[in-house]
Amino acid sequence: MSALFTPQVIAALIAMVKAIVILLGVVILAAMLIWVERRLLGVWQDRYGPNRVGPFGLGQVVADMIKIFFKEDWMPPFVDKPTFVIAPMVAMTTMMLGFVLVPVTPTWGVAPHLNVGILLFFALAGLAVYAVMLGGLSSNSKYALLGGLRSAAQMLSYEVFMGVAAMGVVMCTGSFTLADIVDAQKGCWFIVPQFLGFCTFSLAAIATTHRHPFDLPEAEQELAAGYHTEYSGMKFGMFFVAEYVGVVLVSALLTTLYFGGWRGPFVDQLPWLAFPYFFVKTSIFIMLFILLRGALPRPRYDQVMDGGWKFCLPLALLNLLGTGAYLLWKQGG
Amino acid sequence: MAADDAPAAPAPATVPGTLPEVVRELYARFGENAFLLQPTKDDVPTLWVGKDRLLEVLSWLKTGIARPYRMLLDLHAMDERLRRHRGGLPPSDFTVFYHLLSVERDVQTRGRGDVRIKVALTGDKPGLQSITRLFANANWYERETWDLFGIDFAGHPNLYRILLPRYWKGHPLRKDYPARATEFDPYMLDAAREDAEQEALLFKPEEWGMQRASDDHDFMFLNLGPNHPSAHGAFRIVLQLDGEEIVDCVPDIGYHHRGAEKMAERQSWHTYIPYTDRIDYLGGVMNNLPYVLTVEKLAGIEVPDRVKTIRIMMTEFFRITSHLLFLGTYVQDVGAMTPIFFMFTDRMKAYDVIEAVTGFRMHPAWFRIGGVAQDLPRGWDKLVREFVEWLPRRLDEYEKAALKNGILRARTIDVAQYNAEEAVEWGVTGPGLRATGVNYDLRKVRPYSGYENFEFEVPLGRKGDAYDRAVVRLEEMRQSVRIIKQCLDNMPAGPYKADHPLTCPPPRERMLQDIETLITHFLDVSWGPVIPPGESSQLIEATKGINSYYCVSDGSTTSYRTRIRTPSFPHLQMIPYIIKGSMIADLIMLLASIDFVMADVDR
Repeated sequence: MSALFTPQVIAALIAMVKAIVILLGVVILAAMLIWVERRLLGVWQDRYGPNRVGPFGLGQVVADMIKIFFKEDWMPPFVDKPTFVIAPMVAMTTMMLGFVLVPVTPTWGVAPHLNVGILLFFALAGLAVYAVMLGGLSSNSKYALLGGLRSAAQMLSYEVFMGVAAMGVVMCTGSFTLADIVDAQKGCWFIVPQFLGFCTFSLAAIATTHRHPFDLPEAEQELAAGYHTEYSGMKFGMFFVAEYVGVVLVSALLTTLYFGGWRGPFVDQLPWLAFPYFFVKTSIFIMLFILLRGALPRPRYDQVMDGGWKFCLPLALLNLLGTGAYLLWKQGG
Repeated sequence: MAADDAPAAPAPATVPGTLPEVVRELYARFGENAFLLQPTKDDVPTLWVGKDRLLEVLSWLKTGIARPYRMLLDLHAMDERLRRHRGGLPPSDFTVFYHLLSVERDVQTRGRGDVRIKVALTGDKPGLQSITRLFANANWYERETWDLFGIDFAGHPNLYRILLPRYWKGHPLRKDYPARATEFDPYMLDAAREDAEQEALLFKPEEWGMQRASDDHDFMFLNLGPNHPSAHGAFRIVLQLDGEEIVDCVPDIGYHHRGAEKMAERQSWHTYIPYTDRIDYLGGVMNNLPYVLTVEKLAGIEVPDRVKTIRIMMTEFFRITSHLLFLGTYVQDVGAMTPIFFMFTDRMKAYDVIEAVTGFRMHPAWFRIGGVAQDLPRGWDKLVREFVEWLPRRLDEYEKAALKNGILRARTIDVAQYNAEEAVEWGVTGPGLRATGVNYDLRKVRPYSGYENFEFEVPLGRKGDAYDRAVVRLEEMRQSVRIIKQCLDNMPAGPYKADHPLTCPPPRERMLQDIETLITHFLDVSWGPVIPPGESSQLIEATKGINSYYCVSDGSTTSYRTRIRTPSFPHLQMIPYIIKGSMIADLIMLLASIDFVMADVDR
């Protein structure tokens, strides 16, 4: 027996437990976001929001979950069944997988030292498009199809400059690894040197999660529910939670790439501060996303495209060029 | 009682020398023999013309005459077969009437810019020439007339039923069509009938002259509605799409049809008032106004000043609540979810005042023939003052937070645009017309109910796009606040009911004084008042445009024919013309900016 628990095996077990804890934490946080979002919007909109189930309405999440799990898992007869089932899974999986990259604290994280790092995130974001596209396509419904089309076009154009925008950070660090990126921000957060990159990256990040104002694939006023019009029960729930996981992931990435991740004053002396720092910073971004939803109207589809290609992409390229020039000048000096 | 009196004596307008201008012009052009001038209780010159000369007369009125009548305000019919008091009118089984309006004339002559042309038709299968080539918006009106009266319009491009489903049997507004559910067989929906009804709803592009495919690709046909978040009610519009671009579209209405005009022929003059509330269900007492004004003209009732002012105050309250809902849903349709919650708060405050005054919130049915239901309650002025002090600050906020937002402007400026000429051609009225820069507000041009005593401005737009339509309405709310303030400061004292035998319900105080008053009171309350025979109408500037009631009395306790001209009907008809070539998102903005209510369209 004792031969089984070699130090490597124990280390692996610990890593697995950590990974499970992180993923569970993310899912629970994402689920709680449903409540947070509704309550916050309530505050901003002069109304209560859910306040009936449990203290402060906190039980709403549980109630929603019970409802959505036990709801009849109905599939319209006209859909393409295998694809219809796979699409929400893809949505959920890709967004959850993104979390392996994030260094929550110096010691907590699934694979923050992965050498492809941020590239993996882009790959996953690319795959997430398939969820929406397949969902739209397999539904065999016109609104869903239009939603799928919109998302394909939108995500393609926004991922182009999302990569370009983040490259600034990579160039400053000299590594794709997120743990290195956090370390490189010991002196100064990248928000300062990479401000343009931050702006474009955060826009693209919202677009990737298709949150408001980039929720054109599911624009309620135009396409009913867009790509998930035909979904119900837990399959819809997976799309729904995937969206919130996406919000958490993107907020965590923004924190990691531009706001020093878990870094903050006195974190080297008091290592337990790392998690609170990370948590608070991520929460601020999450709330910012929610506030955006409460504050902004939605641009038209072609305006979103224009914004991507004619405004953000040149800006991101400019940022890349500037960063490159600065780094070369520093090396030469 | 005036029940069996002969039809009204000729109005002064028919005395030679004082003929309305348009009548003189028509006589000069076509000869006096071509027409028969009918006296009516409203100021609209009403001329009967032969079926064969109709097109000629209408086209001259639209294009030939100086200051032409470019707008077809209304077109409908009535079944004359059971009418007793016809008094010298040409023999007719079915009469089709055309109500034309010249905005230019109306502004210059202060409300004498319209004319009503009538055509007599005989037989059980009446028919006449379509005027769709002359007036673009005649299309739907003729379809409705066909639907409800079975009058055939030769040359109409697609004379299908419009309010009723295709499979319907009979023409409900004919007098021989029953009005009560008990006169029909019980309704059964079995599988076969359900299939037939589904089949009838199927959209066939070929019927509308649409191609299913172009040279190299297929079009997608998208059913937007009747249950769609942005359709603002049970409204269906079938889009022919090339990607997201709208190649063509066909609006489909009638899902909200309740036969309000038929009900008017069954309810007493008095008990019909609550039905009017539900025509534009956001307009509340605004709907009562044209109806009671029409009936009062028929009855010859002159209401006291206090009644006029109370009526104006309450209708302006409803203009505000309606516009607030418009603005909220408009901003929501652009995708911003927050403003509507704030606007609902404001509406609740307005409804609190309305409830305190009328006892009801959305559909008070509070106006009466010859007055209002009750006097203003004690302390009303405090409530009203609180509201008029509350609202303007909020409106400023909405302007800043919603209408000046860059994304909203990008979504709405130059979107779904039409110019003044197109608006008039399609019968657009109200804020939709004023957004194109046409200074035409009935409250100024032909003041009713005492609007001439109020100071307010008519906000105008410039470009006639979706943005201007919102800005005009926001500003209209400010003007309504101004009007309400004036009502507040200058509310006349006096009775809240006219002292007239046909006022309904009659003043109760004198009921027990003598037997005559008691009998009148008893009859007016049990049967309802008997309105003297005649025809009358009243146009008002309602929340969404011109709303008018055209009532024909045959000297009985019910109306012989009540025609309700609603603004939303022509506004929807114009959609395909405006939106061809735009994107779906623009259509949503057009729908939002029209501000229609399906109950107002379908009646």
